[in-house]
Amino acid sequence: MITLENVTKAYGSGESRTQVLKGTSLSLEDHDFVVILGASGSGKSTLLHVMSGLEKPDTGTICYDGKDITGFSDDQLTQFRKEHIGFIFQQYYLLPNMTVDKNVKMGADLAGNADYAEMIEAVGLKEKRYKYPNQLSGGEQQRVSIARALAKKPDVLFLDEPTGALDEETGRSALDYICRLYEKYGYTIVMVTHNQNIAEMAHRVVIMNSGRISDIRMNETVKTAYEIGW
Amino acid sequence: MIVGIKDAVKLVSISIICACAVLVCTMFINYGTDLSSVKALLTTEKERIFYDAQTATARVVCLITGGCLLMTSVVTLLFYIKYYIDAHKKELGILKALGYGNGRIAASFWIFGSSVFTGAAAGYFGAHLLMPAMYRLQNKDAVLPEVSVRFHPLLFVWMVVLPTMFFSVLSVFYARLRLKVSALSLLRGEGAPEKGEAKHFGKNRAKKACGEGVLEQKAAAEMIRSGKHAASAKSGFISELKRATLWGKKSLLFFIVFSAFCFSAMTQMSFSMKELSSGMMGAMIMGIGLILAVTTLFLAVTTLVRGNAKTITMMRTFGYSQRECCNALLGVYRPAVYMGFAVGTVYQYGLLRLMVDIVFRNMEGMPAYHFHVPRMLVSLVCFLVLYEVMMYVYSEKMRRISIKEIMMEAE
Repeated sequence: MITLENVTKAYGSGESRTQVLKGTSLSLEDHDFVVILGASGSGKSTLLHVMSGLEKPDTGTICYDGKDITGFSDDQLTQFRKEHIGFIFQQYYLLPNMTVDKNVKMGADLAGNADYAEMIEAVGLKEKRYKYPNQLSGGEQQRVSIARALAKKPDVLFLDEPTGALDEETGRSALDYICRLYEKYGYTIVMVTHNQNIAEMAHRVVIMNSGRISDIRMNETVKTAYEIGW
Repeated sequence: MIVGIKDAVKLVSISIICACAVLVCTMFINYGTDLSSVKALLTTEKERIFYDAQTATARVVCLITGGCLLMTSVVTLLFYIKYYIDAHKKELGILKALGYGNGRIAASFWIFGSSVFTGAAAGYFGAHLLMPAMYRLQNKDAVLPEVSVRFHPLLFVWMVVLPTMFFSVLSVFYARLRLKVSALSLLRGEGAPEKGEAKHFGKNRAKKACGEGVLEQKAAAEMIRSGKHAASAKSGFISELKRATLWGKKSLLFFIVFSAFCFSAMTQMSFSMKELSSGMMGAMIMGIGLILAVTTLFLAVTTLVRGNAKTITMMRTFGYSQRECCNALLGVYRPAVYMGFAVGTVYQYGLLRLMVDIVFRNMEGMPAYHFHVPRMLVSLVCFLVLYEVMMYVYSEKMRRISIKEIMMEAE
């Protein structure tokens, strides 16, 4: 269970100081599928960064199963991310001089996962295992980043606009892979997006507005990647 | 102007290397030229032997220092241009998409020659400041008639004007070569194909095989590849990253090895030169060696850390520790550094043996030269301290890389 209590975060100093998160509180259950929805500049990506331990909040607490991570040192946060967190980003951030196999192994090695090839197969890239990122399409690169994140067997998977750089068909396909693997492995998903249609795939939708949570709604029926609009 | 003076200023390492090269070459060529004016006045055999030895020393020093430093400057310049183009692919892609031709964009790279001009001019004038002291020292032996400093204007053309022109032209041609990529490829962040990089393994080889219509060759290449990859799949991510870091950028490997080589060769040589020649010569060689070693090491490690900022960020995001990141990126060069140091030691020994046994063999009172183990150990310890301090500073720099900033940059 992840609990955020009155989390604030600001960037800059003096006149250029911008308060991005203005006292955010939120509670997520294990195996939840949560979408954080909001316009550009609403603070959704910052919320994801502080929630995942990539950044420290200025004030407030973030607890994982009752353990507060806000007081962790950088090394402790690194260890925490190593043990619990997976990431998928809009820009993929694959290592360009490494093959698909080695990019996925980057995640797998952290969890001592020797069967990471299974994950490459699961995202349909078995034939391209020894290709380099620049030999893959955008959709394939995103699938590598999905495999890399899941190969480390995370408890919580954070996704920052995972379809932002993809066309509709490829975007649907990537989301479909994420959902199918979610059903198989049962981790918690926290996805940030500005696409309202994608929110229909989640159990819960958190709506951000100007650094605050303006609404939280539950989806009674969850749609698949091919049922949502785009 | 596409490439600005600000970009050229960053080439301070080339300025330093050029300053060293021109300083040494100007001093010795000037001295050699002035010395030739007293050749007609030589009467005894002893004078002639001493004269020959002095001119031979001037020639050897100019050839070795000038040649070695010229080569380093060329490699550094090409490395920086490649780095510049890689770092500005998108901007250059936009220019090409707007209709700027390769020639027009490449022409603006002439500005990189200005860093050579700055260094060469500093070296040239520095040499003229040091020359009176050097001549005094050379005249002290009183074997040859007294030689006085004379100004040779043509030397300015050879030492400053021509190198500047050469480096400017080289910059333009090399930039033109590197820009031979489609605008779209540059916009997508792809570059000219390079050995050891992804394209080398895939598209090019496949295209070549298909183009020749030899499908068997393609299949064989694939089999070799699969075999290679099957073996590499067994190794861990960190060891694979180490391998990719070490061999992916051979120019960085060259600079790091060269730095160890310079330090080893020049410091040990400077100790010996104090006895074989003069204290001034020893100090000069030591100074040049230290400047070269520190500059090249600094340039290489800065580029390494900057170039891998995204890799470091991703590793830290996923939970790799600071130690693992440093070990994979910085620690991987350690064996190469030792090798560079060993080669430098052998090189300076060989060079001094050559000078003492061949060039100065007929000279009376020439001290014997022997390899000095304690001096080698002092040099090794000093280099290791320098290297490890630099590695520590950069590992701290890596720690301070902001994950958020790198992600924002990528977006």
